[in-house]
Amino acid sequence: MSGINKAILLVAGLALAACSDARWDDTNAGNGGTGIGGGSTADPSSPAYFREAIGDRVLFLVDQSSISPEAQGILDGQARWLTANPAYVVTIEGHADERGTREYNLALGARRANSAREYLISQGVAASRIQTVSYGKERPIEICSEQSCYNKNRRAVTVLAGGAVS
Amino acid sequence: MRNAIATVLLGLAMLLPVGAVQAQDGPLRIEITDGVIEPLPFAVPDFIAESPAAAQYSADIARVIAEDLVGSGLFREIPKVAYISPYTDFDAAVNFTDWKAINAQALITGSVSLSGNRITVRFRAYDVFAGQELGSGLQLSGTTDGWRRIGHKVADTIYSRLTGESGYFDSRVVFVSETGPKDDRKKRLAIMDYDGANVQYLTNSASIVLAPRFSPTGDRVLYTSYESGFPQIHVLDVGRVQRRILSAGNGSMSFAPRFAPNGHTIVYSQSAGGNTDLFSMDINSGNPQRLTSAPSIETAPSFSPDGSQLVFESDRSGTSQLYVMPVSGGEAKRISFGQGRYGTPVWSPRGDYIAFTKQNAGRFHIGVMRTDGSEERLLTASFLDEGPTWSPNGRVIMFTRETQGASGQARLYSVDISGRNLKPVKTPDGASDPSWSPLQN
Repeated sequence: MSGINKAILLVAGLALAACSDARWDDTNAGNGGTGIGGGSTADPSSPAYFREAIGDRVLFLVDQSSISPEAQGILDGQARWLTANPAYVVTIEGHADERGTREYNLALGARRANSAREYLISQGVAASRIQTVSYGKERPIEICSEQSCYNKNRRAVTVLAGGAVS
Repeated sequence: MRNAIATVLLGLAMLLPVGAVQAQDGPLRIEITDGVIEPLPFAVPDFIAESPAAAQYSADIARVIAEDLVGSGLFREIPKVAYISPYTDFDAAVNFTDWKAINAQALITGSVSLSGNRITVRFRAYDVFAGQELGSGLQLSGTTDGWRRIGHKVADTIYSRLTGESGYFDSRVVFVSETGPKDDRKKRLAIMDYDGANVQYLTNSASIVLAPRFSPTGDRVLYTSYESGFPQIHVLDVGRVQRRILSAGNGSMSFAPRFAPNGHTIVYSQSAGGNTDLFSMDINSGNPQRLTSAPSIETAPSFSPDGSQLVFESDRSGTSQLYVMPVSGGEAKRISFGQGRYGTPVWSPRGDYIAFTKQNAGRFHIGVMRTDGSEERLLTASFLDEGPTWSPNGRVIMFTRETQGASGQARLYSVDISGRNLKPVKTPDGASDPSWSPLQN
């Protein structure tokens, strides 16, 4: 809306130290997996390889935020890739299925994103390279109202930013 | 818009000393709390147009009044075809016999006159079977574009005289308008009259917006926006459509804001390191104050009307339950103990109930309970009901109902606190997260 005055009159609250860093500015946060995705899966240093071959997302059980053994395998691969490709930073997006209230799901998505972040840090990725955001139930990728869809929507997606490709 | 409202305000409530006030025995009255078995039948003939130009409003205002009263579930309109005597003169004596004959227990009459863009409405209400006026006649005036508000104010007056409670018709709802498929939903803030008329959009759909909440006077709205890439709290001046961000700092997530009754303190959730806690902030000074520090999720806080307590949801017990604590923080007392999970508690403006969302056995419910958790009562059940908001008089709850499946859509519904009169609220598109304003002045 053109009539809206966007002036920011007040800035308060907590800011993560890393977040004055401009490296994330080009991140197209909003949907899981809509960040940088260029290159070919044949190139192990490409974002496409990260997304397709390693896997950019891990899934969670109902109302859970713990990292499953399967998720550990994916995050191990992500950590190795990020170590090998230090120019990249990531935003981890936490998501929930639709079977919860909006507010609770935002908090749950924050837990999931943080679980994935903590795991990557434990595998040697610098904390300053990883920020998190929760979308709660606002950005489902599967739209049916059945377990098969809910299973895929309960996710934490590691979205790349920065790096050589823009 | 703002000017129209102010003008209505100025012109309101000139008492017309027409007809002596008579002593009433057995006044016409609806007791809401006892549960109305039979809606009270009333008639509202088209208002008298004092000039040809007023004719378009004379019928329309009577329609707004009728729709308000019928919509409350407490009244039933006698159809016009049943009328025996025509209504042609606002100041003439009422032929009660003819209205009794069609069982109109209440009769509402009025007249409309225009002067330039100013509209003046006079009205009277009658207790037909007692053969006397219900209270005094009133006159309201304002600009013509505020004509619906005049109708709502008449209906509020009638409702109030017949129930002994304040009305809720001259009020607005701010909500999230939703368009597009489930996996690419566009959301923008919108505001409308409580009955779905006069929809205006307050933001565009470039970023996700969630859960707007009115200030105690209805002049501002708190909401959560992803404009920065992270959920953060914004405040919007409704009249000027100006907004500012309240919580900032990339990487911090804050949401679920709500105003205190004082209108300058807010309470909200902030997530850091995966943990969500409650904070309060004075929006003038901007200093956040931590209210909880538990590893559990604490969110969806709502103030008691006296501003002394907060009700919120927490999963500290393992599942989401409702808790009450002092506004400064401190020990929280759990109040929900039924089956299932409880969330989004909202304190009634009357202070008597807390409305909530309950999730149990695969269904979602809107319910109410006393502020100590007793007398829990579920009002609705569906695939997904959530996010209750109270009418200004604490008698009706509006909420979001989302349908199931790939084509699922969110709509607004209202229900009264006895569980009766469940119905959809008209909106142009999908709609969610309603917040009901206080009664306008």
